Amino acid sequence: MCGIAGIINLTESHPPPPVDLLKKMIDTLSHRGPDEFGYYRDLNAGIAHARLSIIDLTTGQQPLCNENETLWITFNGEIYNYIELRSELEIFGHRFKTKSDTEVIIHAYENWGTECFKKFNGQWAVAIWDSKHKKLVLSRDHVGILPLYIKEENNRVWFASEVKAIFADPSVSREINAIALDQIFTYWAPIAPETIFSGIEELKPGTIRIYEYDKNKIEKRFWQPTFPQKDIFTQRSYENIVEASQQLEVKLLNATKLRMLRADVPVGSYLSGGLDSSLVAWMGRKVKQGEFRTFSIRFEDAEFDETKFQHMLAATLESKHEEIVVTKKDIADYFPEIIIHTERPILRTAPVPLFILSKLVNDYGFKAVITGEGADEFLAGYDLFREDKVRRFLANQPTSKIRPLLFERLYPYLALSPSYAKGISVEFWKRGFDNLNKFDFSHVPRWTTTASLKKFFSEELQSQLQTLPKPDILDTLPEEFSGWDSLSRAQFLEIITLFSGYIISSQGDRMLMSHSVEGRFPFLDIDVIEFCNKLPPDYKLIGLNEKYILKRVAKGKIPDGIIERKKQPYRAPDAISFLTNSHNQYVDEMFSENLLKSFGLFDVKTTRGLFDKVNEKIRNGNYTSVSNSVNMGFIGILSTQLLVHSYIKENHSIRNNNLKFSTIIDRVQGI
Amino acid sequence: MNKEEIGKTVSNFISKNFLFNQEKQVDDTVSLLGTGIIDSMGTLELISFLESNYNIRFDDEELVAENFDSIKKIKEFLSIKLNHSAP
Repeated sequence: MCGIAGIINLTESHPPPPVDLLKKMIDTLSHRGPDEFGYYRDLNAGIAHARLSIIDLTTGQQPLCNENETLWITFNGEIYNYIELRSELEIFGHRFKTKSDTEVIIHAYENWGTECFKKFNGQWAVAIWDSKHKKLVLSRDHVGILPLYIKEENNRVWFASEVKAIFADPSVSREINAIALDQIFTYWAPIAPETIFSGIEELKPGTIRIYEYDKNKIEKRFWQPTFPQKDIFTQRSYENIVEASQQLEVKLLNATKLRMLRADVPVGSYLSGGLDSSLVAWMGRKVKQGEFRTFSIRFEDAEFDETKFQHMLAATLESKHEEIVVTKKDIADYFPEIIIHTERPILRTAPVPLFILSKLVNDYGFKAVITGEGADEFLAGYDLFREDKVRRFLANQPTSKIRPLLFERLYPYLALSPSYAKGISVEFWKRGFDNLNKFDFSHVPRWTTTASLKKFFSEELQSQLQTLPKPDILDTLPEEFSGWDSLSRAQFLEIITLFSGYIISSQGDRMLMSHSVEGRFPFLDIDVIEFCNKLPPDYKLIGLNEKYILKRVAKGKIPDGIIERKKQPYRAPDAISFLTNSHNQYVDEMFSENLLKSFGLFDVKTTRGLFDKVNEKIRNGNYTSVSNSVNMGFIGILSTQLLVHSYIKENHSIRNNNLKFSTIIDRVQGI
Repeated sequence: MNKEEIGKTVSNFISKNFLFNQEKQVDDTVSLLGTGIIDSMGTLELISFLESNYNIRFDDEELVAENFDSIKKIKEFLSIKLNHSAP
C-alpha cells in the first residue's frame, strides 16, 4: 500500500502546484510508503506518491501513465484481479510496459471510463488526472478499506490518503467540525463525507468524484451494500445451507489465495484467537507453500487475553508464531501518537494494541498480512445483532419476566450481577420499543448511551450544534432499506457507521499503515461480500448462534475449541490505563481546567467531575465499577483534546525527512 | 420522611454521579434509563446508594423500572416504603 496526495487547479489563474509543497505533502505520508517517492506535475496539476512496494518491485513506480501520456495515476491499494483484467485489456489492444496492477487501472479507465471501478476486486484510493481534458477522477473501494480526503477551495482541489498531507499546505485552515464531533459522540465515528475537520471531506466508500475544468463536480456511487427483500426468505430453506456453506468456502478460499499469492513479498497473518482470523489463517496456510508466519497481541490483563487460543491455532498451522504483550502502560504511552494516526477522536483504546502489532510485523520485515476483518459485519457476528433479536422477542410481550432472561445469555456478566439490577436494567433494552419498524431500532440502545456523553459538551458547542444543519443518517439509506429483514437492516447500519468510520479505519488502515504494513481482508473480497449479503438471515444468525454458516465452514479445519468458544469482543483496557500511580503527565494536562477552557469543546465542571470520579474509583481499587459510558466519555474527551492539541493548536503534520523523489515527471520544468 | 427531601437527595446524587456536575439537574419525570442518564452499571450505584443512605433493603420484586426509572417514581415509591417501615 501507499500514500497519495495532490493539488489540482480548476482555473488558469492559480500557479502550478509548487514541487516543495508536493514534497511536504507526500512526506507526511511516508509511513504509508517508505520505499520510493514520485511526482507528476503540469501547469494545472501536481500529484505525488509514496510507495510501499509489494507488487512489481522493479517497474511499479508511480505516478504512471497510459500509452500517449495523457492520463496520470497515483494509486494506493491492490487490485487483486489485475492479471485477469490485463488479459482482457490486451484483447482490446492495450499495451503494458510494467507488470503492476497500477497500470491495469489506467488502461481499464481508458477502456471503460468510470465503469471500470465496478470491475475491480480489491482495495483502493486512487486519483487519475486526465491532462488533456483537465479532469480529475477520484475513487475509493467498495467498503472504504482505504482512505481518501478532499478539500476544495477557490477552484482548487487538494486530495490525500490522510488529512495531514492536506494540512502540510499552510494555506489550509485547520478547525474542528462540530457536526462530526456530534456524530462521533453518537455513532462512535464520523460518517463520510463528514470529517472531524471543517472543510475537509472524506470520499464515501464505493464512490467516484470527478472534477473538471468549467464544469460542476460529479459524484457517483458505484456500489453500496444491498440485501434481498425480506419476502424472498419467507420459506425457510435449511436444506440449502450445506450447499451454501460449500460455496462460501470456495469463495473465501479463492479470496484468501488472491491475497496470499498476489504479492511479490511474503504475506503473513494476524491471529487474534477468534474464529474469523483463525479460519483466514488456516486458508492462508493451505494455499501457501513453505514457511507460514503468524502474529498476535497478548494482554497483560487476563480479562482481554486470548493467548490460549492463539497458541492452539499456531500449533495446528505449524506456523512460525510471533507475539507481543501489551500493557496498560503501553496504552497510555502510545495514545497521543495513535491520535495523530487516527486523525479523529475515538471512544475506545482498542486501536493501540493494533499499532503495537503492526510494529511487530514491520520489525520482522513483513509488509503485508491477511486478517479476519469483516466477518462480524457481513456474517452477523456482533452481540448487537443478537441483542436486536432478543429485544424484538421481548417487544412481542414487554411485560414478560422470562424473556429478559435471554439477555443473560447474551451478556453473561448480567447473570453475575445482583438480582436487583436486572429488574431495572431491562428498561435499558426497551428503548425504542414504541416503534419496532423504525430504521434504527437495532442501534437505539448503543446510540442513546453514547449520545448521553454529549452532556460533557460545552455550552458554546451545544449552542453551535443547535444552529448547524445536521446530516440525518436516514437520508443516506437506500430506498429498498425498509423492505429488508431486521438483521440486514442492522447490518447495513453497522457497516455505514462503525465499520466504515472506525473498525476498518481507526482499528484498520491507520494502525496497519502506521508501520507500513498492508492489511488484506479475505472477508472483504467483493465476491464474498455479495454472496454473504444474499444469504438468508437465518444462515448467518440462527437462534442466538452467530456466524452460523461460517462455523460450518470452519468445522474440521480449526480446533473445535475455537469454533465453539463464546465470542469475545476485541477490547483493550480503557480509562484505567491512564490513571495508574505513575500516570502520564499529558493526561492531567489534557483534562486541566486551562486546556479544557482554551479548547472550548467540553464543559469544565462536568469534565473535571468525570475525571475526578474515574480517578477516585481507580485509586480506591474500585475500577470494575467504572461503567461503559464513563469509560467512553473519558477516552472520547482525552482523544478529542489530544487531536485539538496536535492538529489545531499545533500542526504535527509537518516532518522534515528530506525525502528524495526517484520518479519525476515535471512538465513545468520540462523534466 | 418528606417526599420532597427524598427527591432532593436523589436528584443531588444523580447530578453528582451521573451528570458529574452538581449545578445540573434532571427533570423529575425524565426516564433515567431510557435517556441514557443511567446505564446498567449505574442502576447498581443508585440502588446501593439508596439502600445505604436510608438503611433499607429492596426486595427483588420491588426492583422494577416502574419504581426507579425517574426521580418522581423513586421519591414516590421511597416515601411509601420508608413510611411503612417506620417504627
